[in-house]
Amino acid sequence: MTANAPEATAVEVVDLAVTPLRELNGRLHELARDGAGPRHWRVVNPNGAHAVACGLDAELEVEIEGHVGYYCAGMNKLATVRVHGNAGPGLAENIMSGRVLVDGSASQYAGATGRGGLIVVQGDASSRCGISMKGVDIVVRGSVGHMSAFMAQRGRLVVCGDAGEALGDSLYEAHLYVAGEVAGLGADCVEKPMRDEHVEELRGLLADAGVDDVDPASFRRYGSARQLYTFKVDNAAAY
Amino acid sequence: MSDGSDANGRPWNLRESYLFDRAVIAEIQRAAREGIYDIRGFGAKRRVPHFDDLLLLGASVSRYPLEGYRERCDTDVVLGTRHAKTPLHLRIPITIAGMSFGALSAPAKEALGRGASEVGTSTTTGDGGMTPEERGHSKLLVYQLLPSRYGMNPDDLRKADAIEVVVGQGAKPGGGGMLLGHKISDRVAEMRDLPKGIDQRSASRHPDWTGPDDLEIKIGELREITDWEKPIFVKVGATRTYYDVQLAVKAGADVIVVDGMQGGTAATQDVFIEHVGIPTLPAVRLAVDALQELDMHRKVQLIVSGGIRSGADVAKALALGADAVSIGTAALIAMGDNSPEYEREYAKIGSSAGYYDDWQAGRDPVGISTQDDELAARFDPELGGRRIANYLRVLTLEAQTLARACGKTHVLNLEPEDLVALTIEAAAMARVPLAGTDWIPGAERSL
Repeated sequence: MTANAPEATAVEVVDLAVTPLRELNGRLHELARDGAGPRHWRVVNPNGAHAVACGLDAELEVEIEGHVGYYCAGMNKLATVRVHGNAGPGLAENIMSGRVLVDGSASQYAGATGRGGLIVVQGDASSRCGISMKGVDIVVRGSVGHMSAFMAQRGRLVVCGDAGEALGDSLYEAHLYVAGEVAGLGADCVEKPMRDEHVEELRGLLADAGVDDVDPASFRRYGSARQLYTFKVDNAAAY
Repeated sequence: MSDGSDANGRPWNLRESYLFDRAVIAEIQRAAREGIYDIRGFGAKRRVPHFDDLLLLGASVSRYPLEGYRERCDTDVVLGTRHAKTPLHLRIPITIAGMSFGALSAPAKEALGRGASEVGTSTTTGDGGMTPEERGHSKLLVYQLLPSRYGMNPDDLRKADAIEVVVGQGAKPGGGGMLLGHKISDRVAEMRDLPKGIDQRSASRHPDWTGPDDLEIKIGELREITDWEKPIFVKVGATRTYYDVQLAVKAGADVIVVDGMQGGTAATQDVFIEHVGIPTLPAVRLAVDALQELDMHRKVQLIVSGGIRSGADVAKALALGADAVSIGTAALIAMGDNSPEYEREYAKIGSSAGYYDDWQAGRDPVGISTQDDELAARFDPELGGRRIANYLRVLTLEAQTLARACGKTHVLNLEPEDLVALTIEAAAMARVPLAGTDWIPGAERSL
């Protein structure tokens, strides 16, 4: 079932090929309840399982060796979860705090409704990245798909590559930074001047995400035109 | 009148159009003036086939009744027995439907919790997250997971007694929501992570799943986060109810909530309220059909809402196969909404007791559907809670009275065989015989 790693590394290894997911998540949740137990975990053979390491609420390090399915690290608090592979839809949905790091790419809805914390995707993120985000910071080394940051309320989305169609549709107060091409902006999303404070904000975000090979001044900034904040019939064509 | 005019002095020869009556004329002229559709609260106001169109068959020679004041007729119900480690035990089969803090004032939410707790039933959060007042005063609280995810967090998820994945509601199946800017106080804005005073849109689809296969995975995630403790409800607005219920069951729901088109709303377009969805009456029948087809009736519990007003409505919904009902509009009315006591105040805002439906406007003189501190302070949550408890007791007593008359020792023992219909439409929709006949219109199709 589970095997304790050598004391020197103090890593708890869980093999999902033999350990039920429910047991893994249950044990990780117990650490938030009583505080005692290993702080560094390694999950092997995830084989695309859904809801791996979701609902964590303690300062843990969880390394996942392989690809995961839907909702990996969903609603994460405090923990750092690293996926050495690709992540399926809904990566770190509704994340509250902590960090979720993906070495590969992430499928659609990455960081959906996230309220805090940091998500870093080394590859690409698919459509609706940061949909309805509410305070999370998301840094994508590659590109994001269409409808990313749809109805994004708060937080920051950084895209080092390109963005798909309808970026920031119906955007509220989230900050969007894109280095590459934007296929199209969604309703009420506009390009805004990249002032010094934005370059500094972006520099900090990139540093936090461990990205040191891109120039923050090379990004463009997008935000809400705030024309749809109050429903007006004159804007009906925009909805 | 003897002079050939009615009580308002209108000559008898004037004839109002059925098609263009005064309400229609007023709406056309309002639309022409304002250039925007009418948004309002409350539920459908048009007449649709409902539980009023059914009658219960009390016992006589062929059936034994129970003694009204001596023989027990139990009312408890357990929800979430399919997968949850901790199902919800209710003392009565009537729950309080989801209504948001934001749409309702904090004291109103507190009153709902107080009242429900006093009689041993649950209340439900809404599209605005969970408030400490609500959690503190609700012994059993259902936490809604809605498309907007306003205020959603894992701590509240774990504090909840059950989780309700809201796919839709009866007043607007397929529609999102809109909380108008004048109801966005500092507290509401903070809970929803949005600026104060702007119109807040709620999406019509969930942000991180699409379709029944995803829903199954989403439910799995919620179970993992909460260690399989909580019952998981799935709420749908009544439309293609048979298929929706089957898909929700296959997705792993413990409890299905079906909200008919009469279900209330805090703010929706009038055209949506009146023209989308099917009435509660056929929805119950279709939901029960779906559960029976899967051999899941009573294994996955069914909660029905949308136009429940009396113990008769409760009894008839249960007889058709529901395990419980849910009330929203009636609960607000029980707390004082539309009370004649406030007639003068209603008149000041262009309405009248019995007609008030501007729950979206935030000017509720009773202090229920508002975020105005002064108006909300008018509402006494302790008194409101007592009224809710009283009303729930009356609904329960009425349902018990009817169940005993049908010879039932538990209200859940009521069955379709105890019902007949007054109209052909109701007979066809509920699939019970037209009174005095053995005719169930449409039933011959399946023979």
